[in-house]
Amino acid sequence: MEVLLQNEDTIAAVATGMGGAGIGIIRISGDQAVELGNNLFVNPKGKTLKTAKSHELIYGKIIDPETHKDIDEVLISKMKAPHSYTAEDVVEINCHGGIVPMRKILKLVIQAGARLAEPGEFTKRAFLNGRMDLTQAEAVIDIINAKTEKSLEYSVAQLEGRLSQKLEELDGTLIEILSHMEVNIDYPEYDIEEISYNFVNTQILGLLKKINEILAVAETGKIYREGITTAILGEPNVGKSSLLNTLLMEDKAIVTDIPGTTRDTIEEYINIEGIPFKIIDTAGIRETENLVEKIGVEKSKALLNQTNLVIFMRDISKALSEGEKELIELLKNRRTIYIANKTDAVSEQDLEIPAPWIPMSLLEDEGIELLKQKMLEMVFEGTVNQDADYLITNTRHISLLEVTKTSLENAIKTMDSQMPIELVSIDVMEALEALRGITGKAVGMDIIDQIFKNFCIGK
Amino acid sequence: MTYSGGDYDIIVIGAGHAGSEAALASARIGLKTLLLTINLDSVAMMPCNPSIGGTGKGHLVREIDALGGEMGKNIDATMIQCKMLNTAKGPAVHSLRAQADKKAYQFRMKEVIENQVNLLLKQQEATEIIVENGKITGVVVNTGALYTCKAAIICSGTYLKGRIIIGDVQYDGGPNGLFPAMYLSDSLEKNGIELQRFKTGTPARVDAKTLDYSKMIIQEGDEHIVPFSFETDQIDIDQVPCYLTYTNPETHNIINANIERSPLYTGEVVGIGPRYCPSIETKVMRFHDKERHQIFMEPEGLNTNEIYVQGMSSCLPEDVQIALYRTVPGMEQVEFMRSAYAIEYDCIHPTRLKASLESKEVAGLFFAGQINGTSGYEEAGAQGLIAGINASLYLRGEQPVIIDRSEGYIGVLIDDIITKGIDEPYRMMTSRAEYRLLLRQDNADLRLTEIGHRVGLISDERFQKFLDKKEQIKEEIERLNHVTVKPTKENNEILKSFGSSEIQHGLSIGELIKRPEVKYLQTDVFDPVRPQLHWSVMEQVEVQIKYEGYIKKQLQQVEQFKKLEHKLIPQGINYPEIGGLRIEAAEKLQEIKPLSIGQASRISGVSPADISVLLIALEQRRRSSVKDVTTNE
Ligand SMILES: Nc1nc2c(ncn2[C@@H]2O[C@H](COP(=O)(O)OP(=O)(O)OP(=O)(O)O)[C@@H](O)[C@H]2O)c(=O)[nH]1
Ligand SMILES: [Mg+2]
Repeated sequence: MEVLLQNEDTIAAVATGMGGAGIGIIRISGDQAVELGNNLFVNPKGKTLKTAKSHELIYGKIIDPETHKDIDEVLISKMKAPHSYTAEDVVEINCHGGIVPMRKILKLVIQAGARLAEPGEFTKRAFLNGRMDLTQAEAVIDIINAKTEKSLEYSVAQLEGRLSQKLEELDGTLIEILSHMEVNIDYPEYDIEEISYNFVNTQILGLLKKINEILAVAETGKIYREGITTAILGEPNVGKSSLLNTLLMEDKAIVTDIPGTTRDTIEEYINIEGIPFKIIDTAGIRETENLVEKIGVEKSKALLNQTNLVIFMRDISKALSEGEKELIELLKNRRTIYIANKTDAVSEQDLEIPAPWIPMSLLEDEGIELLKQKMLEMVFEGTVNQDADYLITNTRHISLLEVTKTSLENAIKTMDSQMPIELVSIDVMEALEALRGITGKAVGMDIIDQIFKNFCIGK
Repeated sequence: MTYSGGDYDIIVIGAGHAGSEAALASARIGLKTLLLTINLDSVAMMPCNPSIGGTGKGHLVREIDALGGEMGKNIDATMIQCKMLNTAKGPAVHSLRAQADKKAYQFRMKEVIENQVNLLLKQQEATEIIVENGKITGVVVNTGALYTCKAAIICSGTYLKGRIIIGDVQYDGGPNGLFPAMYLSDSLEKNGIELQRFKTGTPARVDAKTLDYSKMIIQEGDEHIVPFSFETDQIDIDQVPCYLTYTNPETHNIINANIERSPLYTGEVVGIGPRYCPSIETKVMRFHDKERHQIFMEPEGLNTNEIYVQGMSSCLPEDVQIALYRTVPGMEQVEFMRSAYAIEYDCIHPTRLKASLESKEVAGLFFAGQINGTSGYEEAGAQGLIAGINASLYLRGEQPVIIDRSEGYIGVLIDDIITKGIDEPYRMMTSRAEYRLLLRQDNADLRLTEIGHRVGLISDERFQKFLDKKEQIKEEIERLNHVTVKPTKENNEILKSFGSSEIQHGLSIGELIKRPEVKYLQTDVFDPVRPQLHWSVMEQVEVQIKYEGYIKKQLQQVEQFKKLEHKLIPQGINYPEIGGLRIEAAEKLQEIKPLSIGQASRISGVSPADISVLLIALEQRRRSSVKDVTTNE
């Protein structure tokens, strides 16, 4: 049901590209849009979104309604149905503070009850509500089908495959609980043991533990979506910007033979077999200075804490400097890939490069594939999270899993307040339905199938 | 040679549980109705267990009653024992079940039918349907009469090409030693109605005087009987008990030793049997580590020795049956009066029916009961009633009554069979209903009486009584929410004596009743001006207050559900033409032709993505038709 009611509920998403630190718009559409937006918004003069005129831009702040903390300064506007993009009530929040606050706001909107929009969903609604030309409908159908039929990039699909195995386990337990409850309800006179609240309770607590684990991984999943932050570090002129350009396959960073060319860090996104990386090209760290002193221990640690992965690059035609040695020491417990660049500049016989150094010549386009493999390897090894061998990236899936969790918590509450079993079963059923929203399996005959498989009943 | 037998508005074929309800409904609505039965002595016959109701099924009977059907009244008048099942659980799954006096049940129903104006009951076998221009126009019977009609309802139960199987003994036959109907199937197929083979079975009837009840456990009825019909006020009868006994390893050994003589295992039986009605041999083979199986002795009536041995249906040869029955405690000397048998029969694919139960192939031809692949008297009765109502509305050119999944078990039943299709005989279960908490047996009248009244099956007088009841419930809930209980010492003492906790500040009685341990009746100590109310009103008040939160939650779910049900799909759509629909989905949609997006979403093999594509296609269609209209102008 959840999935099918897509056209009725309130949806939200970032409506402009997420890259960079520019302005982003979060769009909310549906019956609840104004209500949701209103609850998160404060205006210094006490204006509210509810009382605002349609299409009026108002300045104010988004606050977390629980902590009352400011999240970002925004310009907000509402477009009353049908005079909006989707012909539903629409609220648009223009954020200024870049990706982090924008994501926070989106998260607040979702927590307040909106659902994350599917790809193409605003457009689909616009069409269904008569706001769009017929010819555009085909494109919408393509988007919908792309989502279900064109499989994801291989590596992501593999990880998500393992996730669905995890979900299958949860599904199995839920079906088991439900079929036992249902057989007790529908076949009260058969000598089948009554399922006890104690038992259900323990089972559900077990499920909740597993769900929390998956949701914790979901946090990591986010890193995958936002890109694995990868910093290229090294002394000036070793070829860091050249590497960024090669990975991007375009000239984004300025490359010169003058050491110290890159002054500010440059961030760009690349995609290796479906896994996004946010590559940060940094200004070279000068050999002559005490590295640790220069950037400061605290500052360097902070920088490193923000990155998931470090690519440390040296120029193999030069001897390892003291500064480089210090830096290597600093990186010892970090996920680091070591690159020895400019192999073309040394003669064959001098070229003995011990592991873990990866030989590279950007001039001759060598070593790039190896680097990419290494980067992926690090991700799958659990660079970011040691235990999880699966991945949950789809925000809709995450929110469905949250629903599963809430429903199971409700089931426990229902049992605690001594309500009868058929009410507990409503909660458990809701949990199953939400879970099935992720796996796409319909809730139907399989509970009854389980009943007949596991219990001997019938006249 | 045929002769003209006369003209009727509606002809009902078969006078079992479906046919009886169908014919009564159409006659009561005011249409001239003919009811044909293969044997006048088999009207409303119960060829299987002697009971009406049970989990889910009891709900159906109450719904039939709320709509103005006969089943509830008939069982109220002829029951010999009654029990409310699941009383240890919550009200949503309380279910009534009564043991019937089979003959009394039949006779009463027959009498009601015979005395119904507009209705004629005849012993004749329908052999052929006459279809002209895609519409039903008549029915031919075995004696040569041709009756013309504007609509017909086929309620042929398990009679169509019925085949009886008792081990290696097999012959053409209807249930209970009656003749099968061997001709109608071919006529249906000729008119484009595809058939499939289903199978069901029944245990032996044994002679009570050969049983030793002292070795069994007595099963009494309820002290206070709750009637099925909302119009029956109370039932005072001396109840007859049932008895419980068990199989044992010896029973299982006999089955194991003779299993190769079972046609189920030799593959001679091709019909698909229901999983919820397994034969004893199936139970033993499938659950071999189960040490014993329950066997209930159910009397078939007050004036007979016949005992229905529930739990012991079998298709083993008769000698094996007798041997295995005699291993059971209390049955050592048992004598059979009727042997257990399995029956195979023709039924239709219910996905070929509209929600009104009208055939998609032949206009004006309706189907109800076991012919639709369901099992059970109650399931049959419910469909019969709906088919009777809708055939009448069809004749009047009015919209059919379609009860949706949030309004009744009847809706769940019909939607399930026409949308999902079936691969075994369909039995109602409460777990099939998504909105179980709303579809309680206690509130069937609140859910459906209005529909019954609208179509003309509920009298104005009964309707007024119903409206009064509704009002009383509302008023009493209102009132209770305004009577405050103060946190005095005495009051807290009383609460403690209920096993409840003390209150710190004033609470309304309504709030108190929300506590699971506090009952409405107990709270009258806090309530000096409580009005005198009928028990059924008090029951509603209590349930509605106590489960308010959960009821609200389900109502919200229903609201969502209704949104999808109200997104109607025009019927002329050619699904394979819709670009973007997966082939499997297009085929299924083409077959079912769902009425709404909601129904479409319940078809197995139709994914949410298909639904999205469908929505877009519908919108495209709508707009281009709007455009066509404007360009034509
Ligand atoms: N021979 C050789 N030269 C290279 C290679 N990779 C980069 N270079 C050259 O090295 C010089 C410096 O390259 P950059 O990419 O600007 O180096 P950087 O590390 O970004 O330098 P800063 O920004 O100054 O820290 C340029 O002249 C590049 O053409 C290589 O593999 N072999
Ligand atoms: Mg640079």
